[in-house]
Amino acid sequence: MLGKLDWSAIPFDQPIPMITSGVVALVILGVLAWVVLAGHLPYLWREWITSVDHKRIGVMYMTLALVMLLRGFSDAIMMRGQQAIAFHSQGYLPPEHFNQIFSAHGTIMIFFVAMPFVIGLMNLVVPLQLGVRDVAFPTLNSVGFWLTATGALLVNMSLVIGEFARTGWLPYPPLSELTYSPGVGVDYYLWSLEISGIGTLVAGINLVTTVLKLRTRGMSYLRMPMFCWTTLASNLLIVTAFPILTATLAMLILDRYFGFHFFSNEAGGNVMMFMNLIWAWGHPEVYILILPAFGVFSEVVATFSGKPLFGYRSMVLATMAICVISFMVWLHHFFTMGAGPNVNAIFGIASMIIAVPTGVKIYNWLFTMYGGRIRFTSPMLWSIGFMVTFILGGLTGVLVAVPPADFLLHNSLFLVAHFHNVIIGGVLFGAFAGYTYWFPKAFGFRLHEGLGKAAFWFWLIGFYVAFMPLYAVGLLGMTRRMQHYDIPEWRPWLIAAAFGAVLILIGIGFQIAQLVVSIRRREELRDRTGDPWQGRSLEWATASPPPVFNFAIMPDVRGGDAYWEIKSRARQQDIEKQEPDYEDIEMPRNSPTGFVCAFFATVMGFALIWHIWWMVAAGFVGAFATFVVFAWRDHDEYVIPAAEVARIDRANLAERRALAGAAGSA
Amino acid sequence: MNILDPQGPIGVANKTILIDSVAIMLAIVVPTIVAIFAFAFWFRQSNTRAAYRPDFAYSGRIELVVWSIPALTVILLGGVAWIGSHQLDPAIPVEGTGSPVRIQVVSLDWKWLFIYPDQGIATVNTLTVPAAAPLQFELTSGSVMNVFFIPQFGSMIYTMNGMVTRLHLRADNEGDFQGLSAHFSGDGFPDMLFDVHVVSPLAFPDWVASTARSAEVLDPGSYGKLARQSVDIARPTYRLDDPRLFDAIATQQIPPGPGPHITRESAQSHLGAADAR
Repeated sequence: MLGKLDWSAIPFDQPIPMITSGVVALVILGVLAWVVLAGHLPYLWREWITSVDHKRIGVMYMTLALVMLLRGFSDAIMMRGQQAIAFHSQGYLPPEHFNQIFSAHGTIMIFFVAMPFVIGLMNLVVPLQLGVRDVAFPTLNSVGFWLTATGALLVNMSLVIGEFARTGWLPYPPLSELTYSPGVGVDYYLWSLEISGIGTLVAGINLVTTVLKLRTRGMSYLRMPMFCWTTLASNLLIVTAFPILTATLAMLILDRYFGFHFFSNEAGGNVMMFMNLIWAWGHPEVYILILPAFGVFSEVVATFSGKPLFGYRSMVLATMAICVISFMVWLHHFFTMGAGPNVNAIFGIASMIIAVPTGVKIYNWLFTMYGGRIRFTSPMLWSIGFMVTFILGGLTGVLVAVPPADFLLHNSLFLVAHFHNVIIGGVLFGAFAGYTYWFPKAFGFRLHEGLGKAAFWFWLIGFYVAFMPLYAVGLLGMTRRMQHYDIPEWRPWLIAAAFGAVLILIGIGFQIAQLVVSIRRREELRDRTGDPWQGRSLEWATASPPPVFNFAIMPDVRGGDAYWEIKSRARQQDIEKQEPDYEDIEMPRNSPTGFVCAFFATVMGFALIWHIWWMVAAGFVGAFATFVVFAWRDHDEYVIPAAEVARIDRANLAERRALAGAAGSA
Repeated sequence: MNILDPQGPIGVANKTILIDSVAIMLAIVVPTIVAIFAFAFWFRQSNTRAAYRPDFAYSGRIELVVWSIPALTVILLGGVAWIGSHQLDPAIPVEGTGSPVRIQVVSLDWKWLFIYPDQGIATVNTLTVPAAAPLQFELTSGSVMNVFFIPQFGSMIYTMNGMVTRLHLRADNEGDFQGLSAHFSGDGFPDMLFDVHVVSPLAFPDWVASTARSAEVLDPGSYGKLARQSVDIARPTYRLDDPRLFDAIATQQIPPGPGPHITRESAQSHLGAADAR
């Protein structure tokens, strides 16, 4: 009846997961009870859960990312704690638990923090920057988000019911085959990533189509803001790379569920094939994450330097070069597998070549600052922190691209320090810069600056204290993923690293405080102009938060830095005083398709993990039925009458003029 | 275990390339970081002496320079990588004094088996080699993937079931060192630390002779016991029954290790190193 599931799946004897999940369950129940009792459920359902508005979906993606960041960070600080004390001892985490923690940490941070964070930013901002009213496939967008949430839910269920993978964030066979990992952990990993991978692919298709097909009048490719370019490059990579991940994991599923031999030791299976395939997805994945962050920095540095981006065409070229070359470097993840010197050298050099366009980007941001009037707001601090930190991460990255150096550093904590250096210093700093920069656009009020700066400094210093020691201990020969160790020279560095993790914890504390304080003081932080930072691109041309249709009148773009140009034209011609001709606007209707689909996907995924076959069938039929109902829908759009558009827009313009007048007279 | 304190020519060459590469990159990285701080400081909004050039967004000369700097660095480093990959290919034999020592390495759950086919002996978790002699390793795995790595000797390499990888090293100084697995292989992974004893070329034959007097014999039967998942603190030594044992493992005539013993509880996978101990 319940497949492999029985009471022994709940780890009653392990206090850490039981207490954690108990607390989490209480919090979730408390929030649910509050939502239902205070009567917020209809609002949530109408405005968020079934919303197909790209801004709402973007916010939900980022909320998911921030919540999962807390989970991923809890894993991180537990690992740092374990390695700080597990010298000549077992520490406080037994191997079977420690191994789940580092596997979950990597999986969650990449798939359920970094990915949803950048996809959320792209969803929120790109249609606004392109001057359009929505993405290409609004309902599909909602499906993509909810499938990602399903994956995150399954990973977190493994904390209480059964176990998570103990094989690392990429489950290399044969360790991940049924022979060596008979439990359900790897199955949790596989199904949550299969389901969320489909969600990511859908998001990628949607954003590529949006950038290619939906741009406002005059928004030619070479007038697009840099963030739109990096979005295009990143989502082209999603569309080409994620099917490889899905197929590779599907082969491992066939091995585990049906006794196939794609990657097994026996019967001609080939473990090296898994490594090649997973990194053929995995290395483009790195650029899927970092390219949108590069886009954020391009916007932030230009805005706060009060200048256009330096070398725009160079930046476009560099972005697209990274997009293409990122598919030709995957082998550098296993130089030490014994491939011949020609293979190693060619992939090593290809990996270095990708550093050229990346280096160009750094210099272009540098020269964007040159001749500027730099305002050191917190998004700008994240950007400068990024530039310095990312150069160091790039240096160590090129170092491990030299095969003979990699022969010493492969899989060591030096490598761990390197990729945290680029992912924290690059992707996460970019995500935080974008979060602070676009928060007023999404919610209509700014985040508290003082607390934001405090968070920045703790994160920055915490990062250096946590990861510079890992470089050092990597040079002392320490490998990653050690649950305990007997080498006395390693210990001081690992204690220092644990201290760094505590500093980052304080940084996260400041970020939570920043959010709470900003919400409480939202009236004094309110952005009434729609343009709190003197922005240059079209998202600042509309109100904060924008109306559901984004722009009452589709903007007419006549050059790069569209909104900057509109502002200077308006100053000369007093153009904003003319009343535009408002027209009816058609917008897509809300749809519960995404949520219902994800519900059935969760049921099906859980059932597949535990081999509950009748439930698999039920989940599949439900998901298919949802799809059929959606495909046969009649009314998928509704009309906002011109009078209503005019009312909303006039109110917005009146408020802006009043502010401009007040500023003028003062 | 310090890789910056190498004890043989491969480790020395790896380290030289590592240091040279860092030096080449620092030559552009340091000025760039200085420039970031300098530009950010000088062009701060409150500095009235700094010129504001709100339209400065293109300069062909600067573009040329910013594409050239990283390109030239990469050309230089690419040369280092090309030459280094060929000279330090792990499959190339290393020069040395004395006759080469052939060692066959099998990674098991969670221990290392070292077979000396020419000497007819085998050891677990302890590797004894003569100083200055070329060491020829052939490596495979009896179960999952691992990486064989003695940090102070240089280059590491993967071990995989059904396949043989090759590695050539040399140790120049007598002494005691340590090696480890550099690829996660399951619950007992951190205990795959092994001892490396570099002895004088004169002492090595004595060690071989005393090991050959071991009471235990390594044959498919005793290998089968070793291949079961366990963490061994002991360092057993064996006489070798059949010098072709390694080939039997590498060609899967002897099947790969069985993985965790499946019982009702271990379906929930609580069998870990703690239990195995």
